[in-house]
Amino acid sequence: MSITHLLFWFLTVLALGSALMVIFSKNPVHSILWLIATFFAISGHYILLNAQFLAIVNIIVYAGAIMVLFLFVVMLMNLNSASIPLKNKWLGFAGVISGGSLLLVLTAALKDTEIMRNDVMMKTGDIGLIHNLGLVLFKDYVLPFEISSVLFLSAMVGAVVIGKKD
Amino acid sequence: MDWEFILEKLLLITVVVTVSLVVAMYATYIERKFAGFIQDRYGPDRAGPFGILQPLADGLKLFFKEEVIPSHSNKLLFVLGPCLAMLTAMMTSAVIPWSSPIEIGGRTVSLQIADINIGILYVFGVVSMGVYGMMIGGWASNNKFSLMAALRGASQAISYELAMGLSLIAVLMLSGSLSLRVITEQQVTGLWNIVYQPLGFLIFFVCALAECNRAPFDLPEAESELNFGYHQEYSSMKLGFFLFAEYINMFISCALIATLYLGGYDMPFVNEANLSGSSAAIVGAVALFSKTFFLILVFMWIRWTLPRFRYDQLMNLGWKSLIPLALANMLITGAVILWTMKG
Amino acid sequence: MEALTQRSKPVDRSPMTWLERIYLWNIFKGMLITFTHFFKKRATIKYPEQTRPFSPVFRGLHVLNRDEEGRERCTACGLCAVACPAEAITMEAAERLPDEENLYREEKYAAKYEINMLRCIFCGLCEDACPKDAIYLSETFAPANYSRKSFIYGKKDLLIPNPVTNKEEYDIAKGLIEKKKKKS
Repeated sequence: MSITHLLFWFLTVLALGSALMVIFSKNPVHSILWLIATFFAISGHYILLNAQFLAIVNIIVYAGAIMVLFLFVVMLMNLNSASIPLKNKWLGFAGVISGGSLLLVLTAALKDTEIMRNDVMMKTGDIGLIHNLGLVLFKDYVLPFEISSVLFLSAMVGAVVIGKKD
Repeated sequence: MDWEFILEKLLLITVVVTVSLVVAMYATYIERKFAGFIQDRYGPDRAGPFGILQPLADGLKLFFKEEVIPSHSNKLLFVLGPCLAMLTAMMTSAVIPWSSPIEIGGRTVSLQIADINIGILYVFGVVSMGVYGMMIGGWASNNKFSLMAALRGASQAISYELAMGLSLIAVLMLSGSLSLRVITEQQVTGLWNIVYQPLGFLIFFVCALAECNRAPFDLPEAESELNFGYHQEYSSMKLGFFLFAEYINMFISCALIATLYLGGYDMPFVNEANLSGSSAAIVGAVALFSKTFFLILVFMWIRWTLPRFRYDQLMNLGWKSLIPLALANMLITGAVILWTMKG
Repeated sequence: MEALTQRSKPVDRSPMTWLERIYLWNIFKGMLITFTHFFKKRATIKYPEQTRPFSPVFRGLHVLNRDEEGRERCTACGLCAVACPAEAITMEAAERLPDEENLYREEKYAAKYEINMLRCIFCGLCEDACPKDAIYLSETFAPANYSRKSFIYGKKDLLIPNPVTNKEEYDIAKGLIEKKKKKS
């Protein structure tokens, strides 16, 4: 067991544990804080894979910006466990079915990929470094990249339009 | 594992942390003196000669104050808030190159805790974490005013982070690297980035003021409308942590501005290449620290000159002025780089 | 309406020029103004070391006067107590004994003379009322204390030192010589 292995298992336990805590904690604010911990653990995994750019972008965008907005909403609504209305039990049933089928699809998709057979490349891959990532994005995947940027732009324009409407 | 390397880094971390704590401590003193001079007063002058021991007295006072935790607050998060604020404030200092490498006994010791190739983004990541200290602290106090101030602070930080990032992209396009060491070395050999990026410097400076919650952007702790802001319920050293974190943030962001735009550890009119390794490092550290102190003084000067923005003015400035300006700056820089590359 | 003072300035409501709108120039001007204050005279008086000079008409703590031979001037006539709007002064009269002629100037004197400094409004009417020039208001004010009782000043607090037997203290109280600094 080298240090990288130890770190890997530690981060895995942290990611899974805090992801479970997101679901099981009663207080929504606690849930969000556990979710942030999950993001940190995932970023740790990225760093182990030598994908520092992805790691830091994950932290900036998800943990830093999106989760702040989540916190905003939850804090302002002042949700308590008592004030959440009891849900329809069919709703829970539907949730279990849809979540289960998603799990099924994911396992089926991942089962056949090569990743399962190879060991994870620790500290050797360099696709996550900013230089290589930039080259790949702007050479091989330039069309999807630009299309998604147009999508973001239209979302921004929509937000401005909604904001302008008084 | 290279034990000397670990020892060297641990030593460097200790030195950097100590230095930033001491600087933050004396920044409070300088701030009060500065305010005094601007307002035709003397400022603190009782503790020691010229009041030089005032920060120690303040610190002792905070330690001996009664520790009050509001009864309906969330205890764990209430304590976590100031810890996070302090932690994130200290963590930013890891990627700043404090000087050129120094040579001790045949070993080249880099005066930068970690030279990672995404240095700038690391700073941004840590800064965006800093919001949580404020928000968690404000929410856990179970006080409406604290919560409002925390939300204000968080939205302010997010809004200005955008313009900050956009103004930075122009610098990154010039240097072609995210590593702070590379950016500094380019400025040591060439011209300072402020020459190429005066507008970007201005935007970055304004955003840094807003990120540090300094006046005129000190809305999170607006005494007149939100009592004392997000740390209203805090007392004793937990309050001290919040206030201290603000000063550490100020020090680090001034060092960052100096590194990004004002040449970092480059002493003007001195050719570092002619100096031997160690003396170059000392000259570099002196240069960086004097630039940082100058910027801190400007921060204070602005604080004691300008009144606080109204909240809508703050948002207008951020979204309607700074972001378009930063975008324009970015586009112009890109166009000029393209043009010069072709020509 | 006619201007009340010459200093009032009408508010300029003309639209901002471009230079004003970009805001930076005005910030710079403001910063220059604050910078000039660095070199202005400080308004602070460092209190325990420096004190502000009192105005000549300042009315402070009361002093019971003595004459040149060191005899108390007060005859306990009670006019000051009558004049006092705050009813801060109380006194008890006593008859001078034959061997006390060097202590009291007249046959009657104040055996007890108390001023409640918490009631006193330092109006100086007692000083005006006194026919014997016995009570004066000095240029000091009552120091802070922890108990209310300590603000009832008796004769030993009010009497000026004896100019015959205790010349030095008398001169200090009169302000003729500087008080020697404490050696501690």
